Amino acid sequence: MNFEFSEEQKMIQQAAKDFAERELLHDVIERDEKAIFPTEGIKKLVELGFLGMMTDPKWGGGGMDTVSYVLAMEEISKVDSSVAVVMSVCNSLVIWGLETYGNDAQKEKYLRPLATGQKIGAFLLSEPEAGSDATSQRTIAEDKGDHYLINGTKNWITNANSASTYIVIAQTYPDKKHKGINAIIVDKNTPGITLGPHEKKMGMRSSDTHSVMFNDVKVPKENRIGEDGFGFTFAMKTLDGGRIGIASQALGIASGAFERAVKYSKERKAFGTEISNHQAIAFKLADMAVKIENGRNLCLKAAWLKDQHLPYGFASAMAKQYCADMAMEVTTEAVQVHGGYGYVAEYHVERLMREAKLTQIYEGTSEVQKIVISRTILKD
Amino acid sequence: MKILVCISNVPDTTTKIKFLNNNTTFDSAGVQWIINPWDELALTRAIELKEAHAGAIENITVVNIGPPTTEPTIRKALAIGADNAIRINLDPKDAYSVALQLSEIIKKDSFDIILCGIESSDYNGTSVGGMLSELLDYPSVSAVSFIDIDGDQLKLKREIDGGQEIIGISTPFIGIVQKGIAKDARIPNMRGIMMAKTKPLQVVEPVSTDLYTDFVSFDYPKAKAACKKVDPENVKELVNLLHNEAKVI
Repeated sequence: MNFEFSEEQKMIQQAAKDFAERELLHDVIERDEKAIFPTEGIKKLVELGFLGMMTDPKWGGGGMDTVSYVLAMEEISKVDSSVAVVMSVCNSLVIWGLETYGNDAQKEKYLRPLATGQKIGAFLLSEPEAGSDATSQRTIAEDKGDHYLINGTKNWITNANSASTYIVIAQTYPDKKHKGINAIIVDKNTPGITLGPHEKKMGMRSSDTHSVMFNDVKVPKENRIGEDGFGFTFAMKTLDGGRIGIASQALGIASGAFERAVKYSKERKAFGTEISNHQAIAFKLADMAVKIENGRNLCLKAAWLKDQHLPYGFASAMAKQYCADMAMEVTTEAVQVHGGYGYVAEYHVERLMREAKLTQIYEGTSEVQKIVISRTILKD
Repeated sequence: MKILVCISNVPDTTTKIKFLNNNTTFDSAGVQWIINPWDELALTRAIELKEAHAGAIENITVVNIGPPTTEPTIRKALAIGADNAIRINLDPKDAYSVALQLSEIIKKDSFDIILCGIESSDYNGTSVGGMLSELLDYPSVSAVSFIDIDGDQLKLKREIDGGQEIIGISTPFIGIVQKGIAKDARIPNMRGIMMAKTKPLQVVEPVSTDLYTDFVSFDYPKAKAACKKVDPENVKELVNLLHNEAKVI
């Protein structure tokens, strides 16, 4: 048992912290308020190699482990989850899925530009009537011999506008239900793709979220990932890893709010002393610290299992469920510690609280995580 | 041309400084160590020069004087973009011993540009660059805020009272740099961090030196006095306090 990070891991953690504080913090409130996509921040994120940080260097990635990814995600999410979610979707869903299940031709054409950050990716699974129940895909990828013809609508798509490469989950054989689903790589500029308006969200407002409509979109057969009908398994396996990213994001949101609460409690005075000297506040901070430490350990355990090539779906579901719910609790308390100041944008914690809410919903709600966890426990 | 950047391993600038053993030992427990900010900016500018003048700058070496515990800081310099590193295996005691050890390294290898920060954020000695110049009999320019290659020479700018002085200088020379030499210290990228593991880090044993200073103890700065609030209407009292108590007017 060893809780010590390697020198590289510490360096990555510090690099992510420096990046977030130097490149993102100065305009995060304005970008959130005006829902401005973090173009400059993403450009720098790419330069630093965070978008393909876990990809094999032979495909242009950084070759880092999942533990390093957790550390970087936490640091960036402390400051700006709209940037962290771009990093999470690209690394955990699009890039990991392509690297693990794509063939060499797909990797050369699509993975390399994604791993080097020349292109951004998006993962199109959710639909107006298929969220938690991902088996009920209504988007159809009709087999037309040498190509698929895609029709349907995808909802809540992170990076929908900024991405160049989509991985679309769609039904090819409705009678086979989830065994008839395929995962298909689609260039965003393919004729027949249109985007809905930018979603006006409660939090992570500067990440670009749209619905995506497919109208007779013709995609070559060679863009299918894996065997015919592999799409549902592909999506579930990919989401197992995605949960580590979102769990780490939730962890960062919580620890970012906590650090601000600690700092504020040492500065703000009430009844003749700093409020950190009042037990009501000190105990809140103690509870927050314990929860964050638990969440961090769950994230790192899941990441470690993944790095050891051991099963990690159960651990990642636990990390995602716990960290998302914990982030909601911790950020709510951080606002409370700040009192009235916590309710205004300038102090950041109200934004972090709004961001925390989304982590309980996307990439599998907390309730879906409990389904995964309970089914694993009760399986035998 | 070959560049040598001298880097100090210093406590993070937000560290709360504490002393042990009757104020004779710095308490390093829990301290995060970083590259001295001035040295890090010098390194950043060296890398910028190499990128801008690919043919002209052959190699960037960083050198540090310290025990094995300083190696993470040296590896960070390699991750940022230095090509190789030297660690002189000595816990440095004063500016002279640092300058002497550095001069021995420079004598062995032919560096053209030697950069060091104008001061270190721990002891603020501001002496090493000048001493190094004297020991090597190299020209040095202090308070350098800009450096670039200009034909066969280097063009430097330094801050002077009321403006800037522009200097042309031939190699070898010692540039003692201040903030402004680079806009921001460079954040290492993933590729750099990965490559840092395999870049050469040579450990060199120190030459023996005499110490000309004798360390006695540390002392804390005076605690800040409590803030006094004066009624905005009571200007007379404000002037009185500034004159008789603070003695600033």
